[in-house]
Amino acid sequence: MAEEEVKLFGTWASPVSRRIEVALKLKGVQYEYIEEDLTNKSPALLNYNPVNKQIPVLVHNGKSVAESLVIMEYIDETWKHNPILPADPYERAMARFWAKYIDEKFWPAAMKIVVANGEEQKGEIDEIQQQMKNLEGELKEKKFFGGESLGFLDIAANIIIWLVVAQEALGMDQILNEEKLPVLYGWLQRLLDDAVFKECVPPKDRHLDLFKVKFGSSK
Amino acid sequence: MASTGSVADQEGQVMLLGFWFSPFVKRVEWALKFKGIEYDYVEEDLTNKSTLLLNSNPIHKKVPVLIHNGNPIAESLVIIEYIDETWKKNPILPQDPYDRAMARFWANFIEQKVTESTREALVSQGEQQEKKVKELKEAMEVVEGEAKAKLNDKTLFFGGGNGVGYVDFVLGWTCNWMETIEEVGGFKVLDPANQPHFHKWMANFREVSFVKATLAPKEKLVEYFRIVRQARLGLLLPYIRESSAKARSRNPESKQHHPESKNYHACVVVC
Repeated sequence: MAEEEVKLFGTWASPVSRRIEVALKLKGVQYEYIEEDLTNKSPALLNYNPVNKQIPVLVHNGKSVAESLVIMEYIDETWKHNPILPADPYERAMARFWAKYIDEKFWPAAMKIVVANGEEQKGEIDEIQQQMKNLEGELKEKKFFGGESLGFLDIAANIIIWLVVAQEALGMDQILNEEKLPVLYGWLQRLLDDAVFKECVPPKDRHLDLFKVKFGSSK
Repeated sequence: MASTGSVADQEGQVMLLGFWFSPFVKRVEWALKFKGIEYDYVEEDLTNKSTLLLNSNPIHKKVPVLIHNGNPIAESLVIIEYIDETWKKNPILPQDPYDRAMARFWANFIEQKVTESTREALVSQGEQQEKKVKELKEAMEVVEGEAKAKLNDKTLFFGGGNGVGYVDFVLGWTCNWMETIEEVGGFKVLDPANQPHFHKWMANFREVSFVKATLAPKEKLVEYFRIVRQARLGLLLPYIRESSAKARSRNPESKQHHPESKNYHACVVVC
């Protein structure tokens, strides 16, 4: 193939931006990373994603793709080695169903927890724990959602790390822990231990500090 | 309907669980018909969801659910991609990865900004509704912009040179349901003068044979969505009492359970 130019506009703490970094690294695609300041978005970002003006945005040979799950599918279809999605259409449908679940149910629930208090927060925590139990049902005995190696849903589900860090920043530990959600907890440890994924996770202290500023360290 | 013939090993049994009024179910039906796939349609009862539905979609307990060779798939967009990957004839998504990414991006945009905002405007009022309608109008401007950029006398649909495609199926609900929801919700976003390209697309989409054949009559949809809105706004009980009183005065002997109250319960359950 001819010279490829791949750029990724993202932010270091964003789990959706991280999805793209992981996908590109798993495929061994060389790319230029551009850190955006969301309070002062660059003209380039606004040019490449005029509709939503959000990160992440992938630019491949001058053509831009936005929306993290859309970008992941694009990456998988463009660089065919080390597939991220399974080959079987039914398994692909399951990966997409659960990735959607994470974005439409889990993510909003996680955002609510960090701003809620008292009884309301307890209700949100109960709900998100049920959601995580549902996810455990999809993982079952597998090492990763993708099987022996990281797949589409593992990458999408990295958002769960956001919850773990937020939990710690809030001085809590009862939302996601080994006792409550042993299957998912085990998956999380394996994810954090994965050679490629490790490269994409920010230093814990830096992450925690950001969350403490955003959400406060006590309730 | 003619069988698809050569992909016999993929055929198997195809079942679709649905509700007649659901635009999400309708999309899947259009995709199946577009591909010429034979399927059994099962009309679910909102107030009494079948064991099959609850077992097939235990997470959301909603329709549409496609069951292919006993394997259930939920979420209309996930189902459509599954259909496209399983039955290769009459592709719904384009072939090129970049074009596919654009189609998925727009499908996403439509779902989040048009479909969701419409749903929220339907079940809200006052300031909350005004906010949603404003968001919806802004989204429609973007849709009109896309229609203007992509469509012309030779290219009638977002699927491009191949006719209808993924984006048309995802946006297609607007051609039948938007007017209904406007009427029921008491707001206006459709604006032929300022959305000429979008309106032309709607008119063309309505004429597509399998779309035309499956559109639910407006009066029925209005009646159904009126109940949905009133149920969500807590306005239904006085209405039921009034209707029941009228029904009783017409037929004092009738002990028939008022149908509206069954639907009220159903709407509260579903919406």
